[in-house]
Amino acid sequence: MSSIRLSAAQMGDALAKGEITSVELTNQHFDRIAEVDSAVHAFLHLDKEGALAQAKSVDAKRAAGEKLGPIAGVPLALKDVLTQKDIPTTCGSKMLEGWRPPYDSGVVTKLKEAGVVILGKTNMDEFAMGSSTENSAYGPTHNPWDLTRIPGGSGGGSSAALAAYEAPLAIGTDTGGSIRQPAAVTGTVGVKPTYGGVSRYGLVAFSSSLDQAGPCARTVLDTALLHEAIAGHDSRDSTSINSPVPQVVAAAKRLDVKGMKIGVVKEISGAGFQAGVQTRFEESLQLLVEAGAEIVEVSCPNFDYALAAYYLIAPSEASSNLARFDSMRYGIRVGDDGNRGAEEVMNLTRQVGFGREVKRRIILGTYALSSGYYDAYYGSAQKVRTLIKRDFEAAFTKADVLVSPTAPTTAFKIGEKSDDPLAMYLNDIATIPVNMAGIGGMSLPCGLAPEDGLPVGFQIMSPVMQDDLMYRVGGTLEAALNSKWGHTLISQIPDLQVR
Amino acid sequence: MAAISRDDVAHLARLARIEMSAEELDHMASELDVILGAVARVQEVAGGDVPPTSHPLAMTNIFREDVVKPSLTNDEALSGAPAKVEERFKVPQILGEAE
Amino acid sequence: MGSHLDLADPRFAGALVALNFAQAMEKYEPTLGLEVHVELNTNSKMFCSCATEFGGSPNTQTCPVCLGLPGALPVVNAKAIESTILIGLALNCSIAPYSRFARKNYFYPDMPKNFQTSQYDEPICVNGYLDVEIDTDEGPAKFRIEIERVHMEEDTGKSLHVGGSTGRIHGAEYSLLDYNRAGIPLVEIVTKIVPGTGKYAPQVARAYVTELRDILRSLGVSDVKMEQGSLRCDANVSLAPIGSGKLGTRSETKNVNSLRSVERALFGEIERQANRLENGERVVQETRHFLEDTGLTRPGRSKEQAEDYRYFPEPDLVPVTPDAKWIEELRAKLPEKPSTRRKRLQAEWSVPDKEMTALINAELLDVVEETIALGAEPTRARTWWLGEISRLANEKEVEPTSLISSANLAEIIALIASGELTDKLARQVVEGVINGEGSPADVIAKRGLKVVSDDSALMVAIEAAIAAQPDTAERIRGGNIPAAGALIGAVMKATGGAADAAKVRELLLKHLGQA
Repeated sequence: MSSIRLSAAQMGDALAKGEITSVELTNQHFDRIAEVDSAVHAFLHLDKEGALAQAKSVDAKRAAGEKLGPIAGVPLALKDVLTQKDIPTTCGSKMLEGWRPPYDSGVVTKLKEAGVVILGKTNMDEFAMGSSTENSAYGPTHNPWDLTRIPGGSGGGSSAALAAYEAPLAIGTDTGGSIRQPAAVTGTVGVKPTYGGVSRYGLVAFSSSLDQAGPCARTVLDTALLHEAIAGHDSRDSTSINSPVPQVVAAAKRLDVKGMKIGVVKEISGAGFQAGVQTRFEESLQLLVEAGAEIVEVSCPNFDYALAAYYLIAPSEASSNLARFDSMRYGIRVGDDGNRGAEEVMNLTRQVGFGREVKRRIILGTYALSSGYYDAYYGSAQKVRTLIKRDFEAAFTKADVLVSPTAPTTAFKIGEKSDDPLAMYLNDIATIPVNMAGIGGMSLPCGLAPEDGLPVGFQIMSPVMQDDLMYRVGGTLEAALNSKWGHTLISQIPDLQVR
Repeated sequence: MAAISRDDVAHLARLARIEMSAEELDHMASELDVILGAVARVQEVAGGDVPPTSHPLAMTNIFREDVVKPSLTNDEALSGAPAKVEERFKVPQILGEAE
Repeated sequence: MGSHLDLADPRFAGALVALNFAQAMEKYEPTLGLEVHVELNTNSKMFCSCATEFGGSPNTQTCPVCLGLPGALPVVNAKAIESTILIGLALNCSIAPYSRFARKNYFYPDMPKNFQTSQYDEPICVNGYLDVEIDTDEGPAKFRIEIERVHMEEDTGKSLHVGGSTGRIHGAEYSLLDYNRAGIPLVEIVTKIVPGTGKYAPQVARAYVTELRDILRSLGVSDVKMEQGSLRCDANVSLAPIGSGKLGTRSETKNVNSLRSVERALFGEIERQANRLENGERVVQETRHFLEDTGLTRPGRSKEQAEDYRYFPEPDLVPVTPDAKWIEELRAKLPEKPSTRRKRLQAEWSVPDKEMTALINAELLDVVEETIALGAEPTRARTWWLGEISRLANEKEVEPTSLISSANLAEIIALIASGELTDKLARQVVEGVINGEGSPADVIAKRGLKVVSDDSALMVAIEAAIAAQPDTAERIRGGNIPAAGALIGAVMKATGGAADAAKVRELLLKHLGQA
């Protein structure tokens, strides 16, 4: 009997009780991947050898009577933007085809310490730039709810793997919504911790002041268990917070929001959002009221400028972060025929190694930082960032958490928006402000849109270093929704049509 | 306000070390023109009295002690090298001069 | 330094007028700017924990951070901050209460990230000064060089160019990169523009770099060896007609690898620029490369097509905000200024200016001070180091301080003072110690170099000398004291210089009834 449809918490429990071994559990997942991934394409690389070795080691420790953590021996899918020693890490780009890093990222180190079994690396928009995983140099990932649709991005592979039951846990990274938006459109849970809450050492940088790795799973509790495993200070990351890990597991189990004030942000809900998305969002608000919370409306007027500021700051930082990809020390090299100089080889390599969206953002970022334009573009965007922070600070004096629909629409068709960059950027309109201020953000499934039967995500935003508040509200809402439906949302996913 | 020409893009591509065909330059210029038109609105609210934020969290003075720790081995350092000669990275001839 | 310029000199092909330096300085006034890079002597690199030791096997002192691998992040070296603040304080700078790192973006294969983590508009130290003194026609003159800023950055890797006919960069087939040096902490010290030096510009520049070097050495923050690259100087100069009130276009000269080169490079650049201006040509704003063998400069990369560095605050690092308490703690650690120390030692030792200058130029001040501290008499300490030891060092083409330790020399000088060694014997002991025959005591024992001061042994030699030169002895008995010299000489020869000449003279005269 396959255990792949259990939650990670349930798997951890079963492992602890000896009802199943990690090796068995791991093999079940590899079987599932073999069965469905040709259709889903969530994974870019599978590490059977490493995963089974880890599983075996965890089983041995357990057999020897060692006390292990709640997710020791549970399988996980890792977004291909985090380094894992000697395992291919491509960041969804041709530039790093075949590259095997000589070091583990901080997140991977923590996962290994927790006894988690890393199954493989998941697909993503190239260098984390995108909202649909269509920008991957290795082909798109397909939404398990409807294989003709996008799974969101940039971390579509991780979320799709969860939805397709290829893994119960996944790691994503979120710069403007790349964990939350995929979670929303795949009916799974994803959290962007407070900036600095999880180490960025070994996270291939897209936009350094916005990037954050975070936990993804099918339930709020599972996400919390993973959050506690990967969070914490890393002295190799100067932007890492040196504080105790927030008690998010306890918060997720609390199931109580009595007396809490929930702030609905006027500027990121309502108009501009798909009708069915807005409907499910409002229904969830009602459930929270029934659970004892108070809804207040807050206004964050500068959020109207967040998208514009983001699409100046992120490309600017990216243009600098991606300069290292020049074929000299690692990655592909193009055009080195013995007659060309280093600069020409760099130019040709970067022409071939980077995709359209990445090049677009590098050029945009180069422009925004260039002499004569800095003040008008990058400089102004940094000021907008201050204004957004202030809006959040003011809003958090009126509410404990803020909420909105995670994404303006449900999953769109593959190819539908890929020719219109601006239309694609609009997917992040509700998620971007969170990254700009460095606060925490969660998306959890709150229903299927009536017009298309596709998942809708509910976003919860908590103040800096108070990630537990997201989990408290999220856990309560999830329980209320499951109770209302009589089942979880993800359990309603149609069986995958495979070969 | 946000007109970006093909020549501008060509200059930026040179700065960013990305070779672009004439077609790529044209395409990029028109796309960026639209995008810049959308993002330029940050100037509307970026008043002189608003300080810029470059770090989301207000941390300062994060240092490490001046202690030597083990480095990568030569093999590990060169493991990704597209070309190497003995213990060094081999790169095509460098025609410019160092700063 | 003068020069006679020949219009036939290929430098002046097509020129209508040729000026030498002196003539140039009668028509133009120079404005200087100096940028000095200092490699700090921290144990680990600026942003990672790799060793900074020189001479390691290629690419064995690298890590994901200094190799710029995807995902790597920098963490600031606390000691580097401390060293930089010390430098700023020693240069009378204000220490910024808030400073940040910034990315300087440009592409070059020796730069792993293709940006340098440096500082831009928020450097850690600003607005200082350094006073230097030079010799002018009117006697010693002081110049105050104002310091614009002192900031931190990181060094690049090293490239080797292979193939091609000359092995130089043009015509090379490929290049090899070693990143051991990448990420080593660098401090950049930038002066404000320095006007008003007139024809003394090259000397002032040299004096500035020299004084700066001595201060850095006294702080113990760097090896400051120009030949090894731990102290690098870029010299900027522009010319304008005297009294014009304008500034000319400047050039920047790199590859200036010694103090003497600082002076020569500016001398040559001023001449070059003056001649261009005289012949109606404009000076191009560019980076030039100093050529040791000719003293001329050749063009490098033209600054007019300079890279746009697109500076922005480094998002991977947080601001540096040293508190007042820490700054005062560091200020208390500042050692005596080299110029103050020099004046103090000169007064203590009663040394005339010329000899003091000789000591300073020969870089023997420290070792002489050490030798004196170990008990040697000051004049002897100076004379031996400047004289015999320097002479031997010159012969062997090594540094005087590498030949013999201050401890050994102090011991030898003490033996001279106590009369156990004569100067002549002492030279033999020095030779023995240098040749590795052991300590001074060992050499004296092995070679039997003790002064013969035993009266009876000396009398034997004296009587033998008298017996060999009876006429001379007779003259001395008759009152001709100077004649004693010949007999004393004979005794010295007979004892192989081991006799105390003064003692011999005393005994001899006494013996001959003239005491």
